This record gives sequence, structure tokens and C-alpha cells, in this order.
Amino acid sequence: MESVFAVVVGVLYATGIYLMVRRSIVKTIFGLALLGNGANLLIFTVGRLTAGRPPYIPAGELAPLPPVADPLPQALILTAIVIGFGVQAFALVLIKRVYQTVGSDDVDKMTTTDTIADTGRTP
Amino acid sequence: MLLALVMSGFLAALAAPVLYHFVPGWAGRLCPLLPLALFACLLTVAGQVSAGTPLVFSLPWIPSLGVSFSLYLDGLGLLFALLVTGIGFLVFLYTPAYLDDDPRLGRLSAWLFAFMGAMLGTVMAGNLMTMFVFWELTGLCSYILIGFDHEQEESRRAALQALLVTGGGGLALLAGFILLGNIGGTMELAELLLRGDAVRAHPLYLPALLLVLAGAFTKSAQFPFHFWLPSAMAAPTPISAYLHSATMVKLGVFLLARLTPILGGSEAWLWQVSGVGAVTMLTGALLAVKEHDLKRILAWSTVSSLGSMILLLGIGTPGTVIAVMTFLLTHALYKSSLFLTVGAIDHVAGSRDIRQLGGLASGMPWLAVAGILGAFSMAGLPPLLGFISKEIVYSATLQSNMLPQILSGLFLAGNALMVTVAVMAGVGPFFGRKPDTPLHPHGLSPLLWLSPLIPALFGLLFGLFPGSATSFLIEPAVRAVSSPSVNVSLALWHGLNMELLLSIITLALGLGVVLFRRRLIALLPSSSDGFRYGPSGWYRLLLDGVPIVARLQTRFVQDGRLRHYLMISIGVAMGLMGLTFLQSGGLPGDLPFPTGYLHEWLTAGIIVAGAVTVTLTDSRLGAVAALGTVGYGVSLVYILYGAPDLAMTQFCIETLSIVLFVLVLYRLPLFTLLSTPAVRLRDAAMATAIGGLMMLLMLYVISQPLVPHVSEFFLANSLSLAHGRNVVNVILVDFRALDTLGEITVLAVAAVGVFGLLKYRSAGGNEP
Repeated sequence: MESVFAVVVGVLYATGIYLMVRRSIVKTIFGLALLGNGANLLIFTVGRLTAGRPPYIPAGELAPLPPVADPLPQALILTAIVIGFGVQAFALVLIKRVYQTVGSDDVDKMTTTDTIADTGRTP
Repeated sequence: MLLALVMSGFLAALAAPVLYHFVPGWAGRLCPLLPLALFACLLTVAGQVSAGTPLVFSLPWIPSLGVSFSLYLDGLGLLFALLVTGIGFLVFLYTPAYLDDDPRLGRLSAWLFAFMGAMLGTVMAGNLMTMFVFWELTGLCSYILIGFDHEQEESRRAALQALLVTGGGGLALLAGFILLGNIGGTMELAELLLRGDAVRAHPLYLPALLLVLAGAFTKSAQFPFHFWLPSAMAAPTPISAYLHSATMVKLGVFLLARLTPILGGSEAWLWQVSGVGAVTMLTGALLAVKEHDLKRILAWSTVSSLGSMILLLGIGTPGTVIAVMTFLLTHALYKSSLFLTVGAIDHVAGSRDIRQLGGLASGMPWLAVAGILGAFSMAGLPPLLGFISKEIVYSATLQSNMLPQILSGLFLAGNALMVTVAVMAGVGPFFGRKPDTPLHPHGLSPLLWLSPLIPALFGLLFGLFPGSATSFLIEPAVRAVSSPSVNVSLALWHGLNMELLLSIITLALGLGVVLFRRRLIALLPSSSDGFRYGPSGWYRLLLDGVPIVARLQTRFVQDGRLRHYLMISIGVAMGLMGLTFLQSGGLPGDLPFPTGYLHEWLTAGIIVAGAVTVTLTDSRLGAVAALGTVGYGVSLVYILYGAPDLAMTQFCIETLSIVLFVLVLYRLPLFTLLSTPAVRLRDAAMATAIGGLMMLLMLYVISQPLVPHVSEFFLANSLSLAHGRNVVNVILVDFRALDTLGEITVLAVAAVGVFGLLKYRSAGGNEP
């Protein structure tokens, strides 16, 4: 099944990157989310898929009975999911803020740090 | 002892500003004592060194690379070290009077001391790397000292030019030294000096030679790098006298002399070293005759003299080596005397233009004596050392086994022009009518005429008693370069011979040029042409070109558009990965067709459908829903393949994300189509390529065997070491607990950021 998920990861990367290079800044964040999922799935799949055997040590044993899913990618992904959420939340609020300040959702108009929405006042 | 000699300069550099701050009256008198003491110190070991036993000192530095901090004082080093400290003494004596107790004297003295230390380090270095470090330190000091008047743009530009030219050469030199160290198998000079034959026979000999020559030629202002030296005259005159005539610019000559036993004697050496030297000698001499500014005249004549030394070293017979060492000493004496004289003239008359100067001898008789003695030595008049050195040069060229007539002719031309320069610079200002000068010539501080007089008198002394100079200065240096069996005997009178005849012709020619100088100048190309098309023009072109290229490159890579930054970063990463992938031989041909249950295929399908929907939909809410589908699909994958912890986390996070999206989204604009179809197609193609590449990479990784060592460790030790049955949790909170702490910190920072962004009011305060 790993090769099927290789295709899935490819699709997630392609769609994620396509959305990230859109000029509409709102789409960027959707791209970010897709890319994050793609990366997690990549790590998970590369650690090989083992159906239905979580890395858990049953009572009375000293180690899990093989075959068992690889715990290392899982630990990495768990961290990545949480961090990814933090990044997403921050990016979302940042973009909202940028939209309010600049008054545009076009990334190409944000080429300097001094772009301010035309509110009739000087900043 | 050697270490103390070298390091005292650097220590004094730290002390000098303090001294000038607290006891300004005494500092100017104390400073010259150090070079004098070092000079005396060197004299005490001169006997031993002259006898052929070099002094050595060594500290391990980077033993694994064969780099050590070692010092090595032989006859060659001794000659240079004596010049450095001796002329250093004069310069320290002279500077306070020259600068009229300028408040910057402390800073100037500090850098002069540091420079002296660096010079001593270079000429006494016993390891190539030691030498390189000190070599570069002299360049750094030179940069700062040229730019001493840093309020003036011209000074800054001259300083930068000197630094770039010599620093560029220094880089080449470093590469050359490393090559040389590899070829010779050691960085230690004392050992390398014995392996000359092996080095010359090595296939990498030529690159090493060229790199070392680049370093030497830039430092000694050889053609085509000659232009930086006259610009460096922006420095105060004592600095020009010390660094840019007597010592630092001679380092190129020193280096070539030092390495003659290792690199010298080959065809490549002969033609390149002597060729560049010959061109420089004539170019410098011609340019000197054209100038009106006394310092620039002297600077060009220094270029010319350095060229002649290099030319002689290129030929490399014992006779020419004797000539080089004699001329080196002569030149240092007369040129420092002339420079210090010019400084004094500038100080009292306020001008350095030879057209504005004349008749100064009546007011300043002692300065006139110094200047004229210096000039006569330069012109090669008996009984000064300059006469002897010129005779020696002619006898060496006449006996050379390679084109003696042409060689002697070259030197005849160069020396004749030096006679002209000597008359222009050292004699002209003191005689003739007295034109108006910007400053009315006033009284001269004794230090200002004493300092130039001392080297001038030494030129006379050594001329009258040449034996005193040969035994402990010239002969040991020649033996260090050439062979230990060479005997040097200098004499004022060699009888009526070819050399004497050539000397007389030289004088006559030189004086002739003085008379017909104007007509000669008219024949030469104008200096603005040289500035535009000559090497200094190339330098400016290079200097202007770099920022232009940098700007173009920045415009291309960083055009201010976030999307382009992303594309370039991703593109580079993908390009490198793709290249690695191709080099690894691509995919194995026999990938098995995946077999799986229907629900596995369905899960994969759901994720793909969700991702495509997010991309294609033009409804914001639709995109959020589709994104949720992808997230839940991924958590399904986790459930299916034994990762319940992940599935739970992903599920919670996905739900939170959707809530967040919906909350914020209604404040955001609708999806808009901003790009043209062509751009969208291009982006889609790029994205597809990247996705495809990632897929191929994954397939490749999967086809390789898994290395499970780390996971096996965790599985085996989870219970016994950390007493936990859920291995994933144990990894997170026990084995890699610090990572988890970091993760929590990141979340906290993100939360603070989100809070700040939500609460922040811009200065104007128009808030939603």
C-alpha cells in the first residue's frame, strides 16, 4: 500500500504548493495546511505501514510482539501535527491582520514593508 | 627572544593610546625607544645569525594540519628586521613633530606599533601559515594607516583600493602556500628550504608558483597591480615613508627572496618574475618623471625600484642576489630619507608641488643636506652607497648568462630615469629661485631634519666603509637566498671598467632627461588615458561592476514578491533533490503493484479528492470543508496503520482548525482569481512536477531497505528504562522530553503571537 500513499503524498505536495504560490493570500494558508498533511503522511509512509499493530507493550511482555508499527515516525509526526497547528493558527491571524492593514489580499502588492491601506491618513 | 621581538609591537600597540592619553608630553619620546631597543636586540644576535646559525622558535598551533607558530631568523630575516626596526625608530621619532601633537597620535602610534610587530612576524616567520597571518596583518594595518584621514573620501578610497588589491593577492598567496605545503609535505620553512628540487619537479609546481607570485606582485605593487601604491600616498608622510617605501612594499621582494631556494631557478620563474619586474621598472620610472607631486614622484620611483629588485631576483644568479640585497638596503636608506625630507618640506612650505618649490636650502640647511645626500645616493654618485649598489647591479647584469646587453640596457634606462627623479625630488626644492608657497617656510623642528639625516648619513657611511654593511647585513642575507658559500665584497673603487662607464652614461642620460623633461612628457600618453584604460581603469570597472551584478542578482532572486521567493527556494531544493535522485540511479524497475483492501484505497481516494477540491473550488467555506476532509482522511490513515495516538491528535487538531478557519474566514476576502490562465498553468505545471518528484523520491525510499536501529532501541527499552507501555508516548515524554518541551515553547510563542496580533492596534487606531 506504500506506493499508493506515495501518490497521495505527491498530490498533497502538488496541490499545497500550487495554492501557496497563488496571489490571493487566503489561498496560501490552505496550501500550508495541505503541505503539512502531506509532509506528515510522507514521514509516516516512509516508516512503512503496518496495519493494526500499534507500538504498545501488552501486559506481561517486555517489548511489543512483532510485527509492530514503527514508533519513531509516529513520535515525530505527533510533534509535527501540534506545531503545524500552531503555525496555521498564527498564519491565519497574521493574514487577517495583513489584510486589514494593507487592504488587499494580493501578495504581489505587498512588496515593501511600508504598504498601508489608503485610509486617508498618513501612517 | 624571537617571540618577545614580535609580540612587543602588539603589546606596545595596546599601550600607546593609554600612554598618549595620560602622559601626552612623554609618549612621543617614549615610543621611539621600543624600535630602538628591538634594533639593539637584533644587533646582539647578528653575530650568531651571520655565522650561519638561524634562530628558531616554535609553538604547536594546529598540529593536525602541520601548522605551527614558528619563527625563524636567518640572514635574510635579519636584514629586513633591522630595516623594520631601524626605520621604525626614525618614523616614531619624526611623527609627533610632523603631526604637531595631533590628538590622533595615540591611535596612529598604536597602528604603527601593530604594523611593526606584523612586519617582524612576517620576516621572521618559520611556517608558511605564520607568515601568511602576519602578512595579512601588515595589509590590514596598511589599510587603516592609509585611511588615517578617514574624513576624506580620497583617503578612504585609496585605503580600500590598497586593501582590495593586496588582500586579493593575499588570498592567492594563501592558496599558493597551501599548495606549496601539500607539494613539499610540510609547512615549515626550514624543511621546505631543503626540498626545492622535489617541489620544482612536482606537477602542481606551476599553479603554486603563479599563486605565490600573485601575492608577491600585489604586495610589491608590480605591474599590473602598480596603481595602488601612488594612491596610498593619501596617508600622512611618515606612514608613506615607513610602509609604502621602506618596509611593507618590500615584502613581495622578501617573499620571492625567501622562496628562491624552493621555487626559483625554473624557466617559468625566470620569465615571469624578471618579465614583470622589467615592465614595472620602466613603467614606474616613466610615470615618476611625469608627476609634479613630490610624494607621487617618490611613490612611482619606489614602484620602479621594486621592479628592478624583482627583475634581479628573477634572474637569480648569486651575482644578482648580491645586487638585490645591496640595492634593497640602499633603497631603504635613501628612500626613507627622501620621504621624510619631503614630509618636512610639506610641513613647512605647505606644498609638495615641485613647480611651487625652490630655494629652500637657505632656511633649512640640514634638511637640504639630508635631501641631497638621499638624492645623490639614489642617483648613484660616489662616495655613497647608491654608487656601489649601482656598480654591483651593472656587474651582475653584465655577467648574466642571459642576454646581458639587453638586461644592462634596461637597467641603464631605469637608472637614468632614477637620476632624473633624484634631481627632481631631492635637489630641485632646495635650489633655484624661491616661489611663493602656501605657507611661509618657518622654523623646522630638529626632529624633522634629524630623522631624514640619519639614514642619509648611513648611506654615506656604508658607501665609505662598505665592509661594515657587507659582513653582517648583506652577506648573511645573500647566503640565505643563494648558497652558503657566496662571498660578498663591496668596494667603492673597482677600477676603470665597463661598470664605471655605464654609471657615467647613466648620469649623463639622467641629467639630459632633466633638461628635456617637458618634451619627453609630451611624448608619453596622458595620465588620464592611463587612468581610463590602464590597470587602474580595470580596477574601477571591477569595483563598479560588482555592485551592479549584485543588484541584478538581488533583483532576480529577491524581487519583493513572496511567491517568487517561495518558487526559488522550492525550486532549488527540488533541483538538488532531483539531481541526487538521478545520480542514485532512479527507481528500480520492478515495483510490485500495490495490493490492499477496499477501505485502504477509499481512504487514499478521499484524501486526494479533498486536496483537489480545495485547489479548484471558488467557495471559501467549501475549501474549509474539503480541507477538513483531507485532515480526517489522514487521521483515518493513522487509525488503519497502528497509530491511534496520532489519529486522536489529528482529529482534535483538525476540528479546532476548522472552527478557527470558520471564525476568521468571514473577515477575509472572497477567493479571487488574480492570475492569468497562463500563470496558473505555469504554476500548476511546476506544482505537478514537484508533487511527481516527491512521489518518485518516496517510491525510491520505500524500495530501499529500512534501517530500524533507532526504533528497535525504543521498542526494547521503553518498558525497562522508562516504565511505559505506550512506546510513542514514552519517546515523547521520556526519551525525547526536551524536544517536547521545545514544542510546547513553540506553541506558547505562537499563542502569544496570535494574541498580540489580535489585540494590536495600529498607531492610527482604526480597528475592526
